[in-house]
Parts: sequence; structure tokens; C-alpha cells
Amino acid sequence: MERVHRGLTGAGPGTAGAAAPAAMPEGQAAGRGHPRSARAARGRGTVDTLQGWALASPLVIVLLAFLVLPIVMIVAVSFWQATEFAIVPAFSFENYAFLLTSSVTWRVFGATLQFALITWTLTLLIGFTVAYYLAFHIRTTAMQTILFLVCTVPFLTSNIIRMISWIPFLGRNGIANQTLIELGIIDQPLEWLLYSDFSVVLAFVHLYTLFMIVPIFNTMSRIDRSLIEAARDNGASGWQILTNVIIPLSKPGIMIGTIFVLTLVMGDFITVRFMSGSQSANVGRLISNDIALLQYPSASATSVVLLVTVLLIIGVLMRFVNIRKEL
Amino acid sequence: MSKMRYSRRSLLKSGAAAVAASALPAPMIWAQDIRNVTLRQFGTGVSNLNEVAGKVKEDLGFTLEMTALDSDSVTQRAATQPDSFDIADIEYWICKKVWPTGNLQAMDTGRIANYDKIVGIFRSGKLTPESVIAQGTAPHTVGFIDSPEATSFATGETRWMTLIPTIYNADTLGIRPDLIGRPIDSWAELLNPEFRGKASILDISSIGIMDMAMVCEAMGEIQYGDKGNMTREEIDRTIAIFTEAKRAGQFRAFWKSFDESVNLMASGEVVIQSMWSPAITAVKTRGIPCVYQPLKEGYRSWGGGIGLSKSLSGLKLDAAYEYINWYLSGWVGGFLMRQGYYSAVPETSKEFMSENEWGYWFEGKPASEEITNPQGDVMAQAGEVRDGGSFHERMGKVACWNAVMDENQYMVRKWNEFIAA
Repeated sequence: MERVHRGLTGAGPGTAGAAAPAAMPEGQAAGRGHPRSARAARGRGTVDTLQGWALASPLVIVLLAFLVLPIVMIVAVSFWQATEFAIVPAFSFENYAFLLTSSVTWRVFGATLQFALITWTLTLLIGFTVAYYLAFHIRTTAMQTILFLVCTVPFLTSNIIRMISWIPFLGRNGIANQTLIELGIIDQPLEWLLYSDFSVVLAFVHLYTLFMIVPIFNTMSRIDRSLIEAARDNGASGWQILTNVIIPLSKPGIMIGTIFVLTLVMGDFITVRFMSGSQSANVGRLISNDIALLQYPSASATSVVLLVTVLLIIGVLMRFVNIRKEL
Repeated sequence: MSKMRYSRRSLLKSGAAAVAASALPAPMIWAQDIRNVTLRQFGTGVSNLNEVAGKVKEDLGFTLEMTALDSDSVTQRAATQPDSFDIADIEYWICKKVWPTGNLQAMDTGRIANYDKIVGIFRSGKLTPESVIAQGTAPHTVGFIDSPEATSFATGETRWMTLIPTIYNADTLGIRPDLIGRPIDSWAELLNPEFRGKASILDISSIGIMDMAMVCEAMGEIQYGDKGNMTREEIDRTIAIFTEAKRAGQFRAFWKSFDESVNLMASGEVVIQSMWSPAITAVKTRGIPCVYQPLKEGYRSWGGGIGLSKSLSGLKLDAAYEYINWYLSGWVGGFLMRQGYYSAVPETSKEFMSENEWGYWFEGKPASEEITNPQGDVMAQAGEVRDGGSFHERMGKVACWNAVMDENQYMVRKWNEFIAA
């Protein structure tokens, strides 16, 4: 599931962007070429179209095979039925009927959205602040690059390891609790540090803040500095510059970061499982439980509902900001 | 890389075999044929050990390929892909699901040399003549059939066996005696508010529900007709009691894999939880006190056996019988018993264990010197006694066998609600 989502966000907007320019320069080059007879030009046009398709085809084939087909498959299986041993091809709404009428589903989708919302708010605040500092307070490009690379250092280790290393740190007898007790701040270990919603959100924020920093920093560094100077010359305060100039111009970056964080959190199951000690549920865990019990049709139905939910959210977000236009 | 090269040892070995073959032509024709046989075995990780495959090659000459899967995948594969395996190493409750599909073939007990020495649990269901048969899928209830073609199980011992028992044990709660500081003697303690935030249960529905049932019954909340085959009402009430406890913060975490249970216990996050015997050992080898606590209500037990694929025939079938007879002849039994499991034919295993090991693992005697497992890790110091005592004390107190319920799908849904609660 997670892979599908990553594929969607990673490939979706990128494809449109990548495929179009690939075809464009060829066409333009032909148009601007030496004068030729009309017939030759028409012939050349067909060749160009063919060439364009040929150039786009590797990507089209990859996307068809690894994105479109699997999703079609998942949608198809979601209408099948399962017995204890076998998956029976059918066209039945049973999976959806059970899913959408079960209170567990609603509660779990609610919990998933809640995780996504809290994580989004925190990563946005931290990500924006860090990007702002990098873009506007660090003067030299060399220093900017160095500090930006520093941000990415933790990401050189595996996702899972970064997550699991929180467990001994936050545990009842972990470093955090021991330090707090030694400093005399608390008498009893804080139980809610680990295996709680707190630890889940902490891990999410830790894992995904970089996905906010990168796009926001990227858009911020393209903001024309003379705009800020102009605002200051016209008497705008620091806060006014931030809210009237920088934030509006950083919107595409914020939006891309938002899409990354939302889809990653909505599709996650392993972070929630490890950091909550299996005590909290999200949609990803529902799906993984179903798969473990060989209930593939029911897992597919849940995946489809999740996919639709995430696509709807992204669709709504796109209404606010046209990413492609502003990039 | 190193696997690709011929080692000197393997060259020497095949050389020796060739010499033996030319010196003793007649009986070796068969032995040469069987060398080319490869049997594909799959099963859960417990008994799918590479050491066993290595020893088979050494003792019997043929190749045993092992695939370890989780129990859900094992069930699915045994039920749906009979041609993908020759030998299925499965638990008895899985057999209850798989046998009716007709993918396994019956075994003729006449060809099993040590059949008479197999313990009573797998034959009459009784360890001793006075034993009471436990609830759940007791192995003997799915161990026999009336004729090789039968798809339903026989009521008593017959000539045709479905699975040859290989490995079994009695499970209970694991505790940290140093952090609890008082005796624990009942399953009900798992929900004792004294351990709020320090208890855990496993998040594997089919086994977890059994542990829950042991707790609810011990608390006097529910009297079950059969814990291994609950009614919907019993499932609802059981899950309700545990949901309430979960909301009150009784559980620190749930665990799904072996190492999670070890870490929870070793770090002191949890002081009482459902646990498996090797996990206790893993905690102890870190020098942390941990006890597999015998409880007055008895144990939840499980057992596994090997079954033969329907498609096995001819030389391969002969090899499979050879393998089964070898399995029961003692080496594997000793290997498994030195890890805390039990062998189906304990008396043959005795020859492959030292007196000290046999006394500690089987007879419940204090160790006369250090006890080590087959990998060489120290399991117990001199003077220590096995938790729960001897074989008869432990296996004689089984309250319930792992089982699959008629209401399995309903139970799974309820379990998901519990996790999401």
C-alpha cells in the first residue's frame, strides 16, 4: 500500500512534467528548421509524433506495468470473495458493505486522519522554520548547501532503524526517563513517552520533516530578493513580509511537502505498529492484518477506500494551489 | 561466494561414498538412487532447522530443502498448493483445516518403526491412563483416519495416521520475578490492576484468544464449553473483558514477533505477559531473571507433526518414510529437547542427551552442571530446576490445545476491533 502511494505522488506529477518536455524540444526544433516543401513538413510531422510516442513509451510502459495494472488488480480483487482457503473471483459489494458499515473502520480512518493532521501541522511548522532559516538567514550559498546536507544526514540510515532507536530512548528505563529522574524533574518514569500516540507522532515527525524542508527550501530560494527589499522599502514589518510575501510565494513548496507527508502518514503501518506497541490502529494496520489472515479481497477493498480518500484530499489541496503553474 | 566452491570436506565425503559404493555394490544401488532424491519440506520456523537438513544429508544421504513460513501462509499453502511441497511440517490445528482438502496422504503406522513408543498424548490422547483430555484441538482427535481415503477423522487409534508428531510444548505466562516480588500462581494475574501498564499479550488472534480465555476463566468471569471452539457469545464476552482492560491502560504493548516479546521483557517495560519458551531462554541468556511460570489452571499447549503430500510416491515416498523413521529415532528429539521442546518419542531421544540434560529437561531434576543448548549458549546453571518441573508435571497439566474455531472469521473481526479499541 505504502509503495503504491509513494508511486502515485512520486510518479504522478513528475510524469506529466517529464513526458511533456521530452516531446517538446523535438517539435520546436522541426518547426524552426530550414524551409521545406509542405509535403516534406507533413511527413516530418508524422515522424515527430511517432518519435514523441517512442520517446514517451518507456515511461508509459513502466507506469502501465507498475502503477496502473497493480491498481486495476487491487480494484478488481476488492470485489472478490474469500473463504478461509481460497479467493473466489466474483462481483460482490460484500467487502465494501462490511467495511463501510463497521464502526471499527470509521474509528480507524478517523485515527489515521488525526495522525496525518497532527504530523502535518508539526512537520510544516518545523520544516518551514528550518527552510526559512536556511534560505534567508544563511548568506552564502556554500554554507546553505552544507547546512542543507546536514539536514539530510540522518536520512542516510534506514527508516526502520531511525524509528526503532527511539524505543530504548523513550522506554520506562530509557535514557529520557533516567535523565529526567536524575535531574530531579520527575519522580516516576513517564509512561506515555513510549507505546503511546505521542511516540507515534514523534516518530512520524522525525521521519518525515525532511520531506517538508526540501520543497519549501527549494521554492524559498527562488524568491526574488528584490521583492523583500521592495516590501521593506514600502514600510512592511517583518511579520507582514512573512505573511504577505514569503508565505504566498512558498505555497507550491508547502503543497508538495504536504502531499508527501500526508500520503506517507496515511499509508504507513509499521511506524504505528512499533511505536504504539501494536496498541493503536490505523488503516495500514487494518490492511496488513487482513493480508496476514489471507483476506486479500477485504484488504483490497480497504486499500481502495484509502486510495480514494487520499486522492480526494490531494484533489482538494490542488484547488488551492496550482503546483505546476507556480513551479 | 564460498558456498559456490567445493569444500575439501564435501569432496572427501563424496569420494568416500563412491569408494563405499564400489566396494558394496548391491545394497548401494538403492542408496545411490536415494542420494538424488530431494524432499521439499515447509513449515513454521520452530522445527524447520538447518541443522536437521544437514544431519539428514549426513545420515540418510538425500537432500531436504526447508522453507520456513508463518502459520497463516503454511495453512494456505498446504490447502491450496499440494504440488509445491513433499512434506508439510504443520501444527495439529492446521491439520484440522487442511486434511479435509485431500492434499495430504495417510501414513501407514505399520511402516513407522517407533510407533509403539510415541507418547500417549498423540495416540489415545492420554498421557497417563488417568489423564483428562484437554479442550481445544487435542492432537489425537485429528491424528487418525479410518481408511487412507477418508476425509474425516477417526474417533480412536487406527492404522492410518494424518501427521507424525514431532514437536510440542506447554505454554504459559512469562514473568519477571525480580520486578513482581511475590508468587504468581494464576492466569488471572495478567489482568490484575497491580500490573497496570506492565502487562502484554500476543497480537496473533488464534493464540491470543486462547490466552484470553485462560485468563477470563481463571477470573471466574466466563465458564467456557470449549475454549478451543467458542460460541459467538463467549467470544464477545471475552473480547469485552479485555477491551475494558485495554482502555484502563492494563497493557504496555502487544507483541507479534518473538524478538518483540524478548525486548519487552528484558527492558522491564513488561513484567507479565504471554510468552513462548525460547523467548524466556533468550531473556535469561542476557542475565535477566525470567520465569516461565507454572499456573494452577494449567498450560495452553501446542503440537506439530509432519504430513506427506498426496503427490508423493515411489522412491520419494520411501525416502519420506525413511525420514520419518529417522526423525523419531532420537537425534532430532535430543536436539529439540535440549532447546526446551519435547520429542514425540522421548525414550529414543534419551540416548542423544547426557544424563544431566535428560534429568534437567525431562525429569525436572536440578542440573548437576551447566546446561547448554545445541548452539552452546548456557541455559541454566548447576542446581537450577526447569520451570514447571518434569515432563509429566508439565504435559499432565494441559488445560487447552491450540485450536481453530468454527467461528474463526467472526473471532478475527472481533480481534481487530479489540486492537483498534
